[in-house]
Amino acid sequence: MVMPVKVGIPRTLLYYYYYPMWRVFLSELGAAVMLTAPSTKRVLDQGLKYAIDEICLPIKLTFGHVLELSGKVDYIFLPRLVSVANREYVCPKFMGLPDMVRHRLAGLPPLIDVAVNLRRSGMDIYPAVWAVGRFFSASRIHILKAYRRSVKIWERYSRLLERGLLPEDAMAVIEDRLEKVPLFLENKVCVALIGHPYNIYDSHISMNLIQRLRQMRVTVVTAENLSEKIINRNAARLPKRMYWTLGRRMIGAAFHYLAQNSIDGMIHVAAFGCGPDSMTGELIERQARHCGVPFLNLVLDEHTGEAGVATRLEAFLDMVRWRRDKGVAEGGSQ
Amino acid sequence: MRVTFPHMGNLYISVRAMLEYLKVDVVIPPASSRHTLTLGAKYGPEFACLPLKLNLGNFIEAHGLGADTIIMAGGCGPCRFGYYAQVEHAILQDLGYNFQLLILEPPERHISELLVKIRRISGNQSWWQVGQALRFGYLKARAVDEVEAAAFKARPRETVPGSSDVARRKALNVIDRATSFRNLADAADEARTIMANVAVEEGRPVVRVGIVGEIYTLLEPFANLNLEVHLGRMGAEVDRAIYMSEWVNDHLFLGLLKGMRSRKEACAAAPPYLRHTVGGHGQETVGSAVNYARAGYDGLVQVLPFTCMPEIIAESILPVVSADFNLPVLTLVMDEHTGEAGMNTRLEAFIDLLWRRKKQRELESERVPGY
Ligand code: SF4
Ligand code: SF4
Repeated sequence: MVMPVKVGIPRTLLYYYYYPMWRVFLSELGAAVMLTAPSTKRVLDQGLKYAIDEICLPIKLTFGHVLELSGKVDYIFLPRLVSVANREYVCPKFMGLPDMVRHRLAGLPPLIDVAVNLRRSGMDIYPAVWAVGRFFSASRIHILKAYRRSVKIWERYSRLLERGLLPEDAMAVIEDRLEKVPLFLENKVCVALIGHPYNIYDSHISMNLIQRLRQMRVTVVTAENLSEKIINRNAARLPKRMYWTLGRRMIGAAFHYLAQNSIDGMIHVAAFGCGPDSMTGELIERQARHCGVPFLNLVLDEHTGEAGVATRLEAFLDMVRWRRDKGVAEGGSQ
Repeated sequence: MRVTFPHMGNLYISVRAMLEYLKVDVVIPPASSRHTLTLGAKYGPEFACLPLKLNLGNFIEAHGLGADTIIMAGGCGPCRFGYYAQVEHAILQDLGYNFQLLILEPPERHISELLVKIRRISGNQSWWQVGQALRFGYLKARAVDEVEAAAFKARPRETVPGSSDVARRKALNVIDRATSFRNLADAADEARTIMANVAVEEGRPVVRVGIVGEIYTLLEPFANLNLEVHLGRMGAEVDRAIYMSEWVNDHLFLGLLKGMRSRKEACAAAPPYLRHTVGGHGQETVGSAVNYARAGYDGLVQVLPFTCMPEIIAESILPVVSADFNLPVLTLVMDEHTGEAGMNTRLEAFIDLLWRRKKQRELESERVPGY
């Protein structure tokens, strides 16, 4: 009996979009997938030690997660995600990530850092699929089958997200770890939470933002709850194509929620040191102001204190509630 | 239509030449200054990169001089530059400045798309005229680069402190004033003579320093706090990884002019350190570092704006290059809080280090018998 090859996946960055797909693809090929545990202060502190000061928070955190896998797996799955959509990029840092990791962290297991570049065509996924598959199997048919299955799972995952599940819950449903889909309470206040998936869904990085809001009886909606169609239709209102995939999703979602009048406020979450956020955040904030929707900008960094965030959140929600009630009263008197 | 454009070092000489050749009414913004930066930092996004803030300040100042149209280059990612114009325009509009925006986007299919746009700016002058204007601007860029290169050599060796920079200013003005091709040929000659006439002590020992990094902070002395001048006066002969004519070639001619020291060459030297492009000049920075090391330079300075994505990637990797080639690297991160005095202290310490290492090396080679 041969031991399966152990492949580690850091629970960061586009894990939140693609993990269900990666997991199925790799396991179908016979690999034992090992995912890092949710982020903690210790993991982040590890990353801080090895990443340079100026780099954005999510990359620092990624360093921490990668270190968690050191010595425990045969390979680390860290694809170079140059582009995941036609005529778009993710971010320069995704393009250089494997090199930064390799040169700053010594003694790592080999990286599976195959480049994924779908900028010109979606068909360009196949060279990447073969290149990753070849680590585990010599049979093209075997690899193709695994890929097809992984795509199916991923489509199911995307549908669950659109129905309003959080990534972790949707993954639990897919992996049969959850008995039933969590119920949504009807809340009085609805807030759109706009930010990179790896910031808003990482509860350590976001300081439990979503849970906190839910405890305050706020319904939270995000870009992941919208279909690509809606997102694209709204992002198309920009004067120029937005070439960052995550930026396009954030802008499309923000513009949609602002135009719908279905939200009472918007919270934009940016990571300290993030390049794209400084641009898209500016465009979103201006749009929110034009629409007269209460807007809160949270910039997360390694020094952000939980207490500070809680206070700002409460003040913001007080304002949102006050405006809402005032609006209701005014509406009622007409 | 009164056209303005953002500053980037001496780029205005080249762009003004092109536009005025086409009889476009040009408003050059006042040179970037504290005031420019204060405006940009006040109205720009807090975490935007420094060039965006300075652009914004340039536009507001140019508006005061009567500019109503902005012309600038675009891009299609992955870096922020490709979205500068849109964000800047949104901010200017909210501030009540109504500029018309002309963005030279890299064409998706063919260079003719770009040429059509440039021709439209010129009020549909003949293709010949458009072509000549571009060539004129480019020749000025080359002449400017020549002056810069001469200044790099003269500064550490000048016998009268500051004389190379006086000459440099004078030479640049001569080039800027040329209005025809014939004129320009004479001006370039005159500029060469001016630079050659700077009194220098030929045999004076120097340390050689390569400057790499983000293009705007490389080319704009206000953004790099006169880095080149300071290094030169501290006895360093510098070379820069990117010259202005290369930017013009890349952004206005889409790299069609061959035979220049090309980006490809720098990128080719980047693996195994950085195996992929990362936008901006990130991969070039790593590759140029390798090339400078191989060429026997004594040290390297990297400049970048705070939060600059491609250069942060390069910065993450440069320590390995530095160790492998035993080449000291100093990284300078620029933002609105960086002060010239603080930078100078770091530069002095760095140059000291380079001198000590150089002397050490010389001593060691003397000790080897037969040398
Ligand atoms: S998008 Fe922003 S947060 Fe994400 S890797 Fe790039 S710079 Fe960092
Ligand atoms: S290269 Fe750096 S400074 Fe230039 S746009 Fe990109 S992030 Fe900003």
